[in-house]
Amino acid sequence: MGYSSKSPWLIHYDGSSCNGCDIEVLDALTPLYDIERFGIINTGNPKHADIFLVTGSVNHQNIGVVQHIYEQMLEPKVVVACGVCACTGGVFRDCYNVLGGVDKAIPVDVYAPGCAIRPESIIDAVLEGVKVLDAKADRMRRGLPAVDPETAPAVSGSEAGASAAVNLAAKEATN
Amino acid sequence: MSNRTVIPFGPQHPVLPEPVHLDLIVEDEHVIEAIPQIGFVHRGLEKLVEKRDFNQFVYVAERICGICSFGHGWGYAEATERMLGLEIPKRASYLRVILQELSRIHSHLLWLGLLADGFGFESLFNHCWRLRETILDIFQETCGGRIILSITMVGGMTHDIDDALLRRACEKLDDLEREYHTIVNTMLNDDSVRSRLCGVGTINYEEALSLSMVGPFAKGSGVTHDMRTTGFSAYGDLEHFEPIVSTEGDCYARCKVRCEEIYQAIAIIKELVAKIPHDGVGQAPGPKVKPEKDARAHVLIEQPRGEAFYYVRGNGTKFLDRFRLRTPTSQNLGGMTKALQGVDVADVPMIILTIDPCISCAER
Repeated sequence: MGYSSKSPWLIHYDGSSCNGCDIEVLDALTPLYDIERFGIINTGNPKHADIFLVTGSVNHQNIGVVQHIYEQMLEPKVVVACGVCACTGGVFRDCYNVLGGVDKAIPVDVYAPGCAIRPESIIDAVLEGVKVLDAKADRMRRGLPAVDPETAPAVSGSEAGASAAVNLAAKEATN
Repeated sequence: MSNRTVIPFGPQHPVLPEPVHLDLIVEDEHVIEAIPQIGFVHRGLEKLVEKRDFNQFVYVAERICGICSFGHGWGYAEATERMLGLEIPKRASYLRVILQELSRIHSHLLWLGLLADGFGFESLFNHCWRLRETILDIFQETCGGRIILSITMVGGMTHDIDDALLRRACEKLDDLEREYHTIVNTMLNDDSVRSRLCGVGTINYEEALSLSMVGPFAKGSGVTHDMRTTGFSAYGDLEHFEPIVSTEGDCYARCKVRCEEIYQAIAIIKELVAKIPHDGVGQAPGPKVKPEKDARAHVLIEQPRGEAFYYVRGNGTKFLDRFRLRTPTSQNLGGMTKALQGVDVADVPMIILTIDPCISCAER
């Protein structure tokens, strides 16, 4: 276990969620579930965060915000899609303003379904994310890029998502 | 005299669980004007009514918002029942009101916690949320879900909640009430809390009326506007109901109104559980039942955040022509920008919180 996975810091952003999953994310931080006992701390600053929890689907208005938060986070970083809307668009996937799951905007490492997601699943998903974080940190120590290009999660689907992937790739190349 | 600066606030901000963006026009440390920008959570679910039939849409309506989830499902179901001319059994109405008042307690406790977090009282935040788990436990025991209950359907309730469970819920509420006294005492009488809340973000009675504010935000300014006084559903069977009002119009008054509404909600639940009738919980309309062309109905419901308006219109098929919802938060955004004028930048998160914004309701 690496240093970051012993105390991963979270950042949470609500896509176009109904609030249910956001409240459960906050709930996981409060006394009954208390994920701070695993060393997990909620932060508002993307540069401090290791794990990005996204609830809700992406739409035309917020896709840029989601990508911007993701770009600001430093490697190694992990994205957890919390709730069925973040995974696939869920009950709202047919709505005109919903592009789909978060993987339309940024690469997702862990999918955690549920409507609304239960705090237990969030804890599970975060601990699953910690393993991915470890693997990424390990690759970086060996001088490799954090994400293995062969097993990298795809940014799929819509044009907006595809162009976002191109933007991210271009940005990483210039860095 | 100094220059004006624009400070962007949100959409991702530690104090906000939900995304909303404000451009704060600031002179020195004072806010001159606040310009909200919304749309980050817009899904367009009113139009989904064309793709889901009127029975299925209850479940979409419940997902308008995760905090007042039950109320939205109820509002939609009640409006559809009125449009179809369906009578639902008394017991179903009672159960709906009981669950709605439980939602109010959980919503207000959640809000009290967020407010405590807003003024930097971390342990109070955690205690409020710990108490709130009692309500979620009741939900889980009686309905199965913690957040999304999915117990409402057009025509009644999907299943009955038996009397033993209801009595058990009341016992849990007794325990909650005992612990809640301590929290209220801190919220309303602690000097450090009062110094953050009193006299901040004042809205007077006339402004509250002219800005069409609703819910505890308006009640804090002395507006006695509460849909429960109309006596719809089982509210009419209450012995006595009077909305809780405070006249100061500042953050403290709004906090006080919500604190007392929790006591009121507990009293309503106990009264209704004591006299709940046993006439079944209704059944779903058969597959032949379809709303007539141009049949329409509306219903007004008092959500934890204030008055919500539901409108449905049929077109002769199993799909509805139109579903329209006006939420309390969209009514209150005008009041929020008014309350933000002239305050210190450090008080901005507090004032945004005291209207109890529910962005996912407002934007749908």
